[in-house]
Amino acid sequence: MSDRGANYRYVSRKRRAREDRRFIAGKGRFAADIAVPGMKHVALVASPHPRARIRSIDASRALESPGVHSVLTGDELSAETAPLFNGLDIPNVKWFPLAVGMTRYAGEWVAAVVADSRYLAEDAAELVEVDYKPLPAAVEIESLLDSDSPPVHPEHGSNVLVRKNFEWGPVEEDFARSEHTLAYRARWGRSSTVPIETFGVLSRWDPIREILDVWASIQMPNYQEQIANALGIPTNAIRVYNDVDVGGSYGVKRGIKHTVITAYLARKLGMPVRLIEDRLDNMSGGDAHGPDRLFDVTLAFDGDGTIRSMKLRAIDDVGAYPGRGPLQLGKPITALVGPYRLSSVAYEAISVTSNKTGQVPVRGFGQSPTNFMIETGVDLVARRLGIDRMELRRRNLIESHEFPWRIPTGTEYDSGDYRAVLDKTLDLADYDSLVARRDAARAAGKLAGIGIATCLEPGGGNNIFEQLLNEKLEITTFVESCLMRVDMHGNVTAVMSTTTSGQGHETLIATIAGEELERDPDSIRVTHADSLEALPTRSPVASRMAIVLGSATSEAARKIRSKMIKIAAHNLGVGEDRVEYQTGTFFVRGEPARKLEWNEIAGIAHRQFHRLPPGTDPCLQEFSVLQVPGASGQLPNEKKEIQLYPCFSFQAHIPYVEIDPGTGKVEVLDYAIGHDCGTVINPDIVRGMIVGGLAHGIGAALYEKFAYDEDGQFLAGSFVDYLLPSSHEIPMVKDVEHCTPSPKTSLGQKGSGEGGYLGAPAAIASAVNDALAPLDISLAELPMRLCDIEAAIHEKRTERTE
Amino acid sequence: MTEKAIALTVNGELRRASVMPRMTLVDLLRDMLGLTGTHIGCEHGVCGACSILLDGVAVRSCLIFAVQADGHSVTTVEGLGGGDGRIGDLQDAFWECHAMQCGYCTPGMLIAGHALLEENPEPTTEEIREAISGNLCRCTGYTQIVEAIALCAARRNGEDGR
Repeated sequence: MSDRGANYRYVSRKRRAREDRRFIAGKGRFAADIAVPGMKHVALVASPHPRARIRSIDASRALESPGVHSVLTGDELSAETAPLFNGLDIPNVKWFPLAVGMTRYAGEWVAAVVADSRYLAEDAAELVEVDYKPLPAAVEIESLLDSDSPPVHPEHGSNVLVRKNFEWGPVEEDFARSEHTLAYRARWGRSSTVPIETFGVLSRWDPIREILDVWASIQMPNYQEQIANALGIPTNAIRVYNDVDVGGSYGVKRGIKHTVITAYLARKLGMPVRLIEDRLDNMSGGDAHGPDRLFDVTLAFDGDGTIRSMKLRAIDDVGAYPGRGPLQLGKPITALVGPYRLSSVAYEAISVTSNKTGQVPVRGFGQSPTNFMIETGVDLVARRLGIDRMELRRRNLIESHEFPWRIPTGTEYDSGDYRAVLDKTLDLADYDSLVARRDAARAAGKLAGIGIATCLEPGGGNNIFEQLLNEKLEITTFVESCLMRVDMHGNVTAVMSTTTSGQGHETLIATIAGEELERDPDSIRVTHADSLEALPTRSPVASRMAIVLGSATSEAARKIRSKMIKIAAHNLGVGEDRVEYQTGTFFVRGEPARKLEWNEIAGIAHRQFHRLPPGTDPCLQEFSVLQVPGASGQLPNEKKEIQLYPCFSFQAHIPYVEIDPGTGKVEVLDYAIGHDCGTVINPDIVRGMIVGGLAHGIGAALYEKFAYDEDGQFLAGSFVDYLLPSSHEIPMVKDVEHCTPSPKTSLGQKGSGEGGYLGAPAAIASAVNDALAPLDISLAELPMRLCDIEAAIHEKRTERTE
Repeated sequence: MTEKAIALTVNGELRRASVMPRMTLVDLLRDMLGLTGTHIGCEHGVCGACSILLDGVAVRSCLIFAVQADGHSVTTVEGLGGGDGRIGDLQDAFWECHAMQCGYCTPGMLIAGHALLEENPEPTTEEIREAISGNLCRCTGYTQIVEAIALCAARRNGEDGR
């Protein structure tokens, strides 16, 4: 780690993001921009029923339609491919890309039509005749625990996929000695990240070279391994191009089923095949919904506001096909007690399946719902005890001198100064004036409220939490790597693997490499290796790239630098300890005239073996592959304690809202956020992540819901029904940074990609409840849509009238 | 289906094509004219990713058939700079402010911002927010986009902006 307040040349400085240049010119290269000769197009046939038996599929008319090459059904595909990956140990829950025998949600893909153009494919898709026998569906979350709910996967035996109980620390003792308890329920509605680019994939099989080329809008660990497993071909016969620009993901671009459909068809037909979701495909059938969670919580605390313990049950409805979705009940164990000093916690995690679209990882991997649950409880305790919400937090926040702080689950928080960030945020919000503004608005007859959320963003990733939900998953590495070369002209190239979906990885690497090598970052080329070029990666999930890839970049650069010093020392005739390096020049300490320039060393390394120190390999190329910094690399102990994510960023949110008492419409009028992600690599990128994540969180709090009716029919397949916040709904956000460097990373950096999303839903809910407090209304279900708020106000007024 | 011959000016250049009557303008631009800078996000006129200028007015090219553009003038994001890799001042302001992350909504945002500044060279923050409210961005939360358009306006008016 660097010294506190290190004076960086490039890091933490205002610098333009290099990726932006191609995007402003209209020269991004997204999946749908890539065309290869002879490419064919897929249109999908989707089930209109939430749950139905498929009696027959007649594709004869579709096959006669102009330009059609094939109609693929689930029967054929399931006979030729293996089921897709499930994170849980549920061997009887089989997931195939197209429905087999039964449809399990409205919108599920039943057949795929291949034609010369998308227009012709859609024409033919309308001619595919499917004979369904509709069946009653499993819909309401608590009913899914019942043994008599309609079985989504009859072979599995129930709709409960996993139920695990954990207890960390002296829960019963803590409850026994606490003066109060408070039980509450919190509900996180079904929403997702919904990128503006839908998922797209193009597959091409070369039968001579025996290589499957894949260009996809993907953000997923182990993509090529999953393709290989499904198709039964070797992983080294799959080349995934990682230089495809991904038009937003925030976790959800996981189109494995789309990929298997196109890859299977490409091999079968001998033609390149492309599938680009349209918006309805994406929202109804793309299996890209997020957590849908019901929390039942009891907190134990004293009259002075000290919260000692929490008992928690979380039920998560993962939809019809679980995939990796249920593991989102595991990651929040990383920060299960938030930034607070609880000494014990009991956690029951239940994953249930339903006749709804499948769940995928969403920004934060379950942490945002968890933070909402915790913050809701803290606000309720404050209300119960009549203690100011800010003060209650101050009394429970871990203090800066207490780090590293170990929480009951066994994870150690690396560093932080939560009070300082909260105080900075209160200053930024001009809190006293904000209170005066709220009170004046209330005096004028308005509903007005101030929100607060103080919460964590665990960063770095570490799959060991999977093992807590599925003992068969023993994954204790979560690597990232960087290959760096100085060529014979002295130019620097750094290679990463994996795609980028807006995080600015090229800027990240160039900035860190430039800092370490004292070279202008703009002179450093950064490329994305394809999946056959042997750079290990687990993809840019879990707010981990600054942490793991950033540290790998530092390490590769430091290896290059020390090799160049070694070569310089040999050629200057002094020991390595006497050579100094400064901005492109290697010189003998105290004798600046005895020197060699950067390019001279590069030339020696590449061309002049006779001038290399004995035993030195020629050329300047270094590779760094890093395990998660600070990870033990071990499995959890018998008490299920384990170090999960390595780095903990912190945020304090203070929004101000006013609510129209007639319509229930919430307006977010002001928003201050304080943020600490350690050393900031690029200030504009971090700010964008924070504000953008916050906007996403406002959506989840107030607008976004994948609604279903009670029969399981899907009601939100367009942007008219599923509301993304526009510039009208998002205020100009005021932000302030604080820097507590992480001791675990190369420059003290932590994660920031999950950004404001991890706290905004909690903060907005807090503000809405503050606004509704004078009416004695308390809501704990997201989203808090205007219709929900209006209904709550109406009900309360009716009660009072009666 | 009978194809129809059309001719339109795209980024200052006369382009001819033979299209099916049902082909959308965005598909013509992307698939037949190779202008993939214009993106598709929803195909029902909400997200604004496919925004282009039609005779100088910002419209959604997913809601217009290619045949309707016959005889008209279209400007796409590729036409906002000077060609040869040069970029315009609004594009430069977007870069300066990092008014994007994934870059997918960016072409549409640039078109919306361009149309605004043509009509209103000194917009207020509220007017900027109004002008881009028909373009959805999922990455930025809009703050840096508003700042970029304001910066461009300030620079055009001879102010330093930032």
